[in-house]
Amino acid sequence: MAPMSEKVMVELHNVDKSFGENKVVKNLNLRIREGEFLTMLGPSGCGKTTTLRMIAGFEDVTTGTIMIEGENVVNKPPYRRNVNTVFQSYALFPHMNVFDNIAFGLTEKKVNKQEIRQRVTEMLSLVQMEGYEQRMPSQMSGGQKQRVAIARALVNRPKVLLLDEPLGALDLKLRKQMQVELKHLQRKLGITFIYVTHDQEESLTMSDRIAVMNNGILEQIGSPDQIYNQPATKFVADFIGESNILEAAVEIADGANLKVVFETGYAVVKATGFTKDEAVYISVRPEKLKCAAAAVPGFNLKGVVKEHIYVGSIIKTIIELPDGQELIMSSLTGTPLIPPGETVWVYWEKEDTVILHANEERIYNLSEQVPKIEVRA
Amino acid sequence: MSTATTPEIRLRPNANPQRQHIPLSRLAPLILMVGPAILWLLIFVAAPLVYVFVISFLKKGTYGGVVASFNFENYLRIFDPLYLNIFLVSILIALATTALCLIIGYPFAYIIARASSRNKNILLTLIMLPFWTNSLIRTYGWIMLLRTNGTFNTILQSAHLISQPLQMLYTTGAVMVGMVYTLFPFMVLPLYSSIEKLDHSLLEAANDLGAKPGRAFLRVTLPLTAPGIFAGCIQVFIPTLGYFFISDLLGGGNSVLVGNLIKNQFLAARDWPFGAALSILLIVFTIILIRLYNHFGGRIENITS
Ligand SMILES: Nc1ncnc2c1ncn2[C@@H]1O[C@H](COP(=O)(O)OP(=O)(O)OP(=O)(O)O)[C@@H](O)[C@H]1O
Ligand SMILES: [Mg+2]
Repeated sequence: MAPMSEKVMVELHNVDKSFGENKVVKNLNLRIREGEFLTMLGPSGCGKTTTLRMIAGFEDVTTGTIMIEGENVVNKPPYRRNVNTVFQSYALFPHMNVFDNIAFGLTEKKVNKQEIRQRVTEMLSLVQMEGYEQRMPSQMSGGQKQRVAIARALVNRPKVLLLDEPLGALDLKLRKQMQVELKHLQRKLGITFIYVTHDQEESLTMSDRIAVMNNGILEQIGSPDQIYNQPATKFVADFIGESNILEAAVEIADGANLKVVFETGYAVVKATGFTKDEAVYISVRPEKLKCAAAAVPGFNLKGVVKEHIYVGSIIKTIIELPDGQELIMSSLTGTPLIPPGETVWVYWEKEDTVILHANEERIYNLSEQVPKIEVRA
Repeated sequence: MSTATTPEIRLRPNANPQRQHIPLSRLAPLILMVGPAILWLLIFVAAPLVYVFVISFLKKGTYGGVVASFNFENYLRIFDPLYLNIFLVSILIALATTALCLIIGYPFAYIIARASSRNKNILLTLIMLPFWTNSLIRTYGWIMLLRTNGTFNTILQSAHLISQPLQMLYTTGAVMVGMVYTLFPFMVLPLYSSIEKLDHSLLEAANDLGAKPGRAFLRVTLPLTAPGIFAGCIQVFIPTLGYFFISDLLGGGNSVLVGNLIKNQFLAARDWPFGAALSILLIVFTIILIRLYNHFGGRIENITS
């Protein structure tokens, strides 16, 4: 596995997009490296597709610049950009067979017949569709169309491949299989992938980095590990996986130690950069939450066990705090369970706390938004 | 199970082995429903056709009417160069009309299909508007515009662009104008519906793969709207052969098309058998065209949808 290059392949600089009065993308800054697998993740309507379409050239930017390989492309039509798109609906040409579909881009570039034949055959074997040359799109399953759509884009050897929820129409099993295949394909070819999805699990498994968007704003960009374990905003903490989010206020900010008080208790956690009396959110993953029969030093948060829910190999325990807020604690099946109705003291390891400023203006600092990404094998 | 066996399937021999055993009680409602329509078709479509077919093999009476004497004379007469020429000219005019309608109609249909839904409705209404007036009356309108001291000549003269009025009426050009004008909606509507159906993301995909707009049109839009092109062309071409009143009114005696020829046999020459033979030939020609359309158009439709 070659280390990812430091070369920036795609750069979005202060990109804004409005449809009429409707601001859909707001001051978006992104730098995507050569060979990187970047996922844009966010709820429906947050502007993912619009961003992708601006990179492809189907949509103009309202303001801002988009650079591909250091060249501003905002005034270039799609057919002059060295990127290719895999559409959510596949958009295979219904009047052409698989061979002609895949050969489309090469024919446009006037590549000679023999080379076309060779490259199309190569692509078909890459996506494991040998022997399907003569099939019409209407004669194929969703998964097969998907492979052809990917082959049709990749045969042009683009610098960047844009994929808009390419697996959205597939069933769960095929989806999982294609996730792995796509990831391998990307690694093998070393092409920059910009992948749009609203499926957080998919983004966590496939990406080098994830850009989480909400309401047209980039909330956070980072490795799956960073996004999951160090969410930068309440939205990210909430959107990625399950999270227990507690409102709190800083009572004592003393060097590395921070005492935060909740409605019904307090906790002492490790954090810097917070000031006394500041409103914060404390976010703790269900698997990090623990409980004891008596108060643990540094924590004073009492609750009542409400119920246990079996979810396959784990059990979710719902603990209700005196103010009515419910916390979720997950543990492996087989761990002894506390009977419902019993009072427990909730705690967690200090370093498992995520603490977020509650009233923070989002700051867009490019250098901060693009942390050095570690190379993973 | 019983709801799955549609009447259509039952009508096909061998499709349902039980078809001989359908009790009358179940057939009765069916007969009641489709009976009147079938009766109508028998009386007003099938019977006249059979009548025309039969007299096309008979002989013209001395004072009009028909004489029952079986012969192929009428069909052989069509091969007279005089009549062959009329057929040829008619087909050429029909082809030219179709081509003009297509060339003007395609961009037109494209604009309507891509317009905002409000403008789309306005444009479609404008296309349909002439249907609300009898086409004969609209053709008289063209006479007003084209005749020697008609609207166009008056305008051109008062603008001092011409000193003598132009001979516009009673020319092949006038016939073509009338045909294109009358049949234009029949081209635009099928084109519109096939362009409307075209998935826009296919064009984006073509652009994405390096095709400039012109190339994307040739490789994607055109083949995928072929069913509409076929349908529009057939719907313009066939009536053009038969719209005798347009060439009568706008072409005067100068332009005799198949439609006029047939009409003249029945009304002026009182040679019904020959008129019938010409009609049968036109019908056969039309059926062949429609079969061709169903063959190719239908195949394209299957692929594109
Ligand atoms: N052509 C358009 N005209 C007007 N508004 C648009 C247009 N395209 C998108 N929008 C609006 O922009 C917003 C973002 O749309 P976008 O398609 O980028 O969302 P998305 O993040 O891809 O969502 P999803 O996950 O549902 O695909 C939406 O509110 C949408 O209504
Ligand atoms: Mg989308």
